[in-house]
Amino acid sequence: MIPALAQSSVLAAQTAFPILPALIITPLLSAVAILLVPSHRQSEVRLVALAGSTITGAMAVWMMAAFDKTEAGFQFVVNEPWLTSMGLNWHFAVDGISLFMIVLTGILFPIAILAAVPQHDSKAYHAWIMVLMAGSMGVFMALDLLLFFVFFEVVLIPMYFLIGGWGHGRRIYAALKFFIYTMAGSALMLVGIVSLAFLTASRTGNALTFDVTQLAEAQALGTTAQRLIFLTFALAFAVKVPIFPLHTWLPDAHTEAPTAGSVILAGVMLKLGTYGYIRFGVYLFPQAAYDLAWIFLTLGVVGILYAAVVATMQKDLKRLVAYSSVAHLGFIVLGIFTLNTQGLTGSVFQMVAHGVSTGALFIMVGWVYERRHTRQIAELGGLQKPAPIFAAAFTLVMLSSIGLPGLNGFTGEFLILLGGFQAARWWTVFAVLGVILAALYLLWAYQRVFHGTPTGDNIDMPELKASEGLVLLPLLVLIVFMGVYPKPMLERIEPSIERLVAHVEANVDGFIEPGPVQVPERPSDAVTLTEALEEAEKKAAREEGEVEDSVDEEGREASLAEGETTK
Amino acid sequence: MFAYAASLLAQVTLEPFNRPAIDWHAVAPELVLLAAGALITIIDLVGLERVRKLMPTLTSFAFLAALIPVLTLWSQEDELPRSLFDGAYVVDRYSLVLKGLFLLTGYVIALLSTNYMSEGDYYDSEFYQLIAASILGMLVMSSSRDLISIFVALELISIPAYLMAAWRKRDLRSNEAGLKYMLMGVFASAILLYGMSLLYGLAGSTKLVDIAAALSIGESKPLITLAIVFSVIGFGFKVSAVPFHTWAPDTYEGAPTPLTAFLAVASKAAGFVALMNVVIVAFPGQSDVVEPLMAVLAGVTMTVGNLIALRQTNLVRMLAYSGVAQAGYIMAPLAVYGTNVDRVPSAMVTYLVIYAAMNLGAFAVVIIAARKTGSAEISSYGGMFGYAPGLTLAMTMFLFSLAGIPPAGGWWAKFELFRVLTDGNRYLGIMLAIVLAVNSVIAAVYYLNITRQMWFLPTPDGDTSRIVTPPALQVALALTLLVTIVSGILPGLVSDISGSLQLALP
Repeated sequence: MIPALAQSSVLAAQTAFPILPALIITPLLSAVAILLVPSHRQSEVRLVALAGSTITGAMAVWMMAAFDKTEAGFQFVVNEPWLTSMGLNWHFAVDGISLFMIVLTGILFPIAILAAVPQHDSKAYHAWIMVLMAGSMGVFMALDLLLFFVFFEVVLIPMYFLIGGWGHGRRIYAALKFFIYTMAGSALMLVGIVSLAFLTASRTGNALTFDVTQLAEAQALGTTAQRLIFLTFALAFAVKVPIFPLHTWLPDAHTEAPTAGSVILAGVMLKLGTYGYIRFGVYLFPQAAYDLAWIFLTLGVVGILYAAVVATMQKDLKRLVAYSSVAHLGFIVLGIFTLNTQGLTGSVFQMVAHGVSTGALFIMVGWVYERRHTRQIAELGGLQKPAPIFAAAFTLVMLSSIGLPGLNGFTGEFLILLGGFQAARWWTVFAVLGVILAALYLLWAYQRVFHGTPTGDNIDMPELKASEGLVLLPLLVLIVFMGVYPKPMLERIEPSIERLVAHVEANVDGFIEPGPVQVPERPSDAVTLTEALEEAEKKAAREEGEVEDSVDEEGREASLAEGETTK
Repeated sequence: MFAYAASLLAQVTLEPFNRPAIDWHAVAPELVLLAAGALITIIDLVGLERVRKLMPTLTSFAFLAALIPVLTLWSQEDELPRSLFDGAYVVDRYSLVLKGLFLLTGYVIALLSTNYMSEGDYYDSEFYQLIAASILGMLVMSSSRDLISIFVALELISIPAYLMAAWRKRDLRSNEAGLKYMLMGVFASAILLYGMSLLYGLAGSTKLVDIAAALSIGESKPLITLAIVFSVIGFGFKVSAVPFHTWAPDTYEGAPTPLTAFLAVASKAAGFVALMNVVIVAFPGQSDVVEPLMAVLAGVTMTVGNLIALRQTNLVRMLAYSGVAQAGYIMAPLAVYGTNVDRVPSAMVTYLVIYAAMNLGAFAVVIIAARKTGSAEISSYGGMFGYAPGLTLAMTMFLFSLAGIPPAGGWWAKFELFRVLTDGNRYLGIMLAIVLAVNSVIAAVYYLNITRQMWFLPTPDGDTSRIVTPPALQVALALTLLVTIVSGILPGLVSDISGSLQLALP
């Protein structure tokens, strides 16, 4: 699409200021600044960290505003040579897929810093968080495979120290487990990266390059090579997501991490895996992703159900939230490997939604622990009486996590199921059970923690403080906003996803994007989510109820119009 | 006119000894170091106790002085390669990079030794003279393309090292270290000599190029195989490849720590240089024998080294076993040299350069920490972040680099290895790359164990007094840290120097 003339000023603004490098450098500079603050002035350390992360977050939001939503390709491109002899570049850019990951990173970090105060070594703690922020920013915008690899590894180091240094209980064990699991995946990915680059260079005869777009366009690998290299990438991302049999590091890491660590881990770092599947797995290896999709669909569904069952049995509230993450990420994996527009769009949306709501859940669980010094569900109870506002906020966040319509968890999950029904019906049928189970374990946990008559220390549970409310407020607003009015996000995500699906279509033998619900087929201005959802609801109902009678075109139009007015 | 007459005269006389034309500039680094070493010895003899304090400084200057001709040779790049002694001694970019590496390593070792030697009850002047002699052997090794000069260089490197390993003569463990190292070393030399004699018997010449030509005729294959295996095993001792590694941990632990750093970095690198020279120049057509041998040696070496390193409780021993594993990594490219010979020297030299920086850095931290704790037990590093944050951060950087985690330089070194192994799409190379990847994960466990001690665990006896780092060690630490970080973030700087290296044929 050609950008309209009116947007040329926006484009000019895009080229004028290298926003993407600035998003990496600002947190790094604040980390250095933190190290320079004398260690007896702890409060100033916090101030610097907060300022640095807020400025970065503001820049990310500004970038979202300047983002050209009609453009499906990469924007804000920075491409400087790094090592010319090897074809390495500092290649940064964003599209609709990575845009919201970066915005999410920018929003969650200041909140995570505000949400909890470290018990000791405030300086090192905040410095690591800022390094982590820089790494997370970099990993979502890198379009050079080696650059991506560097950032992918760099984020491990600060998280390792955050969990090991400021966590609870078996923190050191959890930190080591986290590190080794992730590194095992990425070490093989490095072999995959190098093989991919060299095989492509030798097959095409072009100069050696690690550039993602060029490698994706080349598609020079044979079937076996493509599958094997895809699997090295997939393994690295599977650990990070985490996908079912590789998930065991996550409950430990989440439970023992300090609150900020859990928030960032769930909100940002798990998304590295799912983002990796979309950006690298599907984009670089469409054929292999298509051929092997059944593996990931199956593992995704198994993960949803297994994690839901395990979450139900948890005695520790934080561990329960951690397992709910595994289940939610299973949905995202399911959506990705439908390889159609709805599924992928829903996955990207759900990545952001999960980051916001699970981040909020971890913050609130952290506050429960701060107040009550326990996370054991059995020792809590009746908290609603002494802290009604706290309970109300928790309810909202929890409902969004369950996927209540009108809140952010619903939109993504629904789009994923929508895409899933078209591409992988039976998998989706089982996945839907996960939605019910999510309601079961979260509501049951809520009931045990908040309902009933408070006993013992629970009577004196302090209410939500105003300052805490302010920290939580942006997340609550986002939860409602994304649920009620997802259009601004979806219309930025969709063009890039459509471009990706077209790329898959062009490079996979016998690939047909299934399903009649094609967003681009509808009149351009009337595209709303409601339409898509209702149409799909009907379709799903038709298919499930085996009611095969054909609805005539007029009746459909009429009912659509009706839906529009009622909304 | 006169010269013309002289040349006419030369033609008619019965061949007297003709001094081969010597390119003095080409051998200037060796000559400078030789002269400086001799000068230091004389100063020591004359000055005795009065000049003891000057010795480390003088030795450092000797290394830096020898670096000057290396740089001038490098700057006259169009005159490279320079070949001397009928092709037995070649100065090319490859050997210049290595000479620079060895001289800088020597410089850092001298810095590391300064306080260690003067504060302990040692003879320190001689120590520096021996270091200079050993480094001289390494300079010779870099350029040797002849069995005799390779062997002479190897002994010149080793014999001072045997002496230095036993330097703490009142400590039994140091005596054990020296004795073990010498016995094993002599044994290895004997095997190596046997292999060399077979090669000479096959080729009728000691020059590597002639050997390559003779072997390519391909007669008496069993004998060729035997000769190759024996010479490779000889070098295997030097680089502490499994199963010839057994001397390394005891020697490393017993020897003075600066010397351990020297053995782990410089001496090992010299072994690899010898291996590269012989394999690439003399056995270019014998890849069917050498490649499987190297693949097995590399795979076993890295795996066994890492697995044993997991169980170590002493940091120096752990570094010894990690060094064994690293030797396996460095050796890996030789398993695919038959198809990829253009890239092998670059990859190995790049790894050696970065390995030198990160390993010397780790040893610098060990030496600094031991000044306070007097111990190299891993548990004595507990809680170091509390009282020595800078040192902890530096050590963390070195350990992450050794584990191959960006942004520290080790990742680039590993990347170069993967690049050689996977390029050409050979089954052997890709298998070895996967073994290497799995090994990096095992290695990360024990490297992280150190960071765990330093960052998360309490100080063992509650002694949180500050660590005083003397200036010499500060310089060593800064230098190694700089190279470690810069090579990871701007790998172009390293690859500008060590990329596209070739062994020039005379």
